[in-house]
Amino acid sequence: MSVVIYVPCDAAAVAVGADRVAKAFVDGLARRGVEGRVVRNGSRGMVWLEPLVEVVTPAGRVGYGPVKPKDVEALLDGGLLDGAGHDLRLGDVEKIPFFAKQERFTFKRVGVTDPVSLDDYLAHGGYKGLERAIAIGPADTVEEVFNSGLRGRGGAGFPTGIKWRTVAACAPGKKYVVCNADEGDSGTFADRMIMEGDPFQLIEGMTIAGVAVGADMGYVYCRSEYPHAIAAMNKAIEAARKAGYLGSRVAGSDYDFDMQVRVGAGAYVCGEETSLLESLEGRRGLVRAKPPLPAHKGLFGKPTVINNVLSLAAVPFIMSEGAKAYADVGFGRSRGTMPIQLAGNVKYGGLYEIAFGVTLGELVEDVAGGTFTGRDVRAVQVGGPLGAYFPRSLFDTPFDYEAFAKRDGLIGHGGVVIFDDTVDMAKQARFAMEFCSVESCGKCTPCRIGSTRGVEVMDRIIAGVEREKNLAILEDLSHTMKLGSLCALGGFTPYPVMSALTHFPEDFGRGSMPLAAE
Amino acid sequence: MPILHAMQETFGYVPQDAVPLIADAMNLSRAEVHGTFTFYHDFRHEPAGRHIVKVCVAEACQAAGARVTTDKIAKALDCAYGETRPDGQVTLEPIYCLGLCACGPSAMVNGRLVGLIDDEAIDEIAAEVRS
Ligand SMILES: Cc1cc2nc3c(=O)[nH]c(=O)nc-3n(C[C@H](O)[C@H](O)[C@H](O)COP(=O)(O)O)c2cc1C
Ligand code: SF4
Ligand code: FES
Repeated sequence: MSVVIYVPCDAAAVAVGADRVAKAFVDGLARRGVEGRVVRNGSRGMVWLEPLVEVVTPAGRVGYGPVKPKDVEALLDGGLLDGAGHDLRLGDVEKIPFFAKQERFTFKRVGVTDPVSLDDYLAHGGYKGLERAIAIGPADTVEEVFNSGLRGRGGAGFPTGIKWRTVAACAPGKKYVVCNADEGDSGTFADRMIMEGDPFQLIEGMTIAGVAVGADMGYVYCRSEYPHAIAAMNKAIEAARKAGYLGSRVAGSDYDFDMQVRVGAGAYVCGEETSLLESLEGRRGLVRAKPPLPAHKGLFGKPTVINNVLSLAAVPFIMSEGAKAYADVGFGRSRGTMPIQLAGNVKYGGLYEIAFGVTLGELVEDVAGGTFTGRDVRAVQVGGPLGAYFPRSLFDTPFDYEAFAKRDGLIGHGGVVIFDDTVDMAKQARFAMEFCSVESCGKCTPCRIGSTRGVEVMDRIIAGVEREKNLAILEDLSHTMKLGSLCALGGFTPYPVMSALTHFPEDFGRGSMPLAAE
Repeated sequence: MPILHAMQETFGYVPQDAVPLIADAMNLSRAEVHGTFTFYHDFRHEPAGRHIVKVCVAEACQAAGARVTTDKIAKALDCAYGETRPDGQVTLEPIYCLGLCACGPSAMVNGRLVGLIDDEAIDEIAAEVRS
């Protein structure tokens, strides 16, 4: 029997040497005259074990990790091909607690299959969702997505079904499906992992969206920092087109749908949906005032569904397993699962897909195992650069849009960044202002000028110059930015800044909690 | 944008002379093309060094030690962020997240991703830049 070895092609695995490991296995097999192939799968999401190699044995897949190129010879000599013991042997990776405790709806195939093999996708339940969408028709498909309770995973948490209804209700004519793959938030990489690890699922999700709302063209707007994801998407799109899953009469139906990948150019604000549309049309990414909503007047002025990668990638599951299966798990008005990303100073970092409702403390302490430095966790930033810093005293907050909002935070795209007790929260507040000033699209004064002033004020606070006076200015600035900004870049930058000040006043030279805390 | 990307890929930057040419070809005003070109961080206005090192400076990497690592890299390469070394050997740029936030600090060296950057990795980057 020919040997099959899986070595991830995921960018995080590649960044820690997976390409060299894959090559070492290819060479090692050839030298031994063993017939076999090395399949580049997606990542299982356990980044601390990458490169995580799996070998197929009669007893199932056996994992080893983290494997360095120099370990490969010893592993092969030690009987890796039979799944034999070694210091790096992990056994069945699906039994590792980090993996076993998850509810993998969107990530069920990631790490299991060959991402760019359509045959593999079909063999693992692929295109069942589209099949059902075609069978029940556009109107029922939209209702199915609505009934699943799916909310946008890009940050705002807007119900996807309502968005689709709006576009579907627009008069027939040119309409678009746009996938937001700008994933600019620090601490997030789930979109990347889907595009690299199961691109067909995103293609299927977008095709279902096209069928549901009457759009025949889709664009994936992917950030330029993701070359591996772009390559995988392009390969998969080509394969899908060749097999009749894209183009005219998709999968033999009466619907047409095709799609393309467009690459961004390093502007965070282009993740904001109207800025993204401007950029797709080839202009500067200036945020547009709403209304009109993109659902009414989106790309090239046409009705447009714009959704995050994770929102669209959740749809094939919803369509094949039914809205109820998705909505049955979750917490409050947050239904289904969230692919949570554990990052920063983290012992067990990676992707953890779980039903909403898990608490921040469980995630940080139990799942992530605290910090890799072994020091105490002091602060956790949830939801990217516009998300609040939470102290340990808020670890009982359940992962849920409303619960985080109630505590002046947000879950955003599900990034959880862990900091140990060496963090200086005044520096983090300064960074938030700096980031806003670098990335501001420049349209509104509070964001453009306010953030630049914010950096200066933070510099004075850090230097200990007239602290109380400057803290008052900082609070004032934050207030103005919050109220006077057109989009969430300027409007939410006060979240990290004010949360740092509120929860960690000692880092700002304040002894006690401020009275004017928002 | 695809044109600007293609230019940058071919020349390593977008030459100022190209702006009117693109404007004509696309039937746009020069101001529009210039505006687009200057809005995006990716597009370079000047030729880059022989090696391009982009280091993540965003929060997750900061949490993993990037505040120290980024300084060490600048020192090892003898180059400031946002600049090209006078001998044209290297351009060092800050970047906001590479999606490697669970294995930071991270960087992209001549298009190759590097995670879990430690002193040894910095030496390797410096050696690559010397070559
Ligand atoms: C500054 C800014 C950056 C954003 N970046 C992203 C992003 O990278 N990816 C994303 O999906 N949504 C991002 N959003 C949210 C989008 O505007 C929009 O809500 C989302 O694409 C809608 O898709 P969803 O409903 O599926 O979440 C950003 C918003 C703002 C204000
Ligand atoms: S808040 Fe900032 S980024 Fe958003 S529209 Fe205004 S200037 Fe642009
Ligand atoms: S924050 Fe550095 S890679 Fe994401």
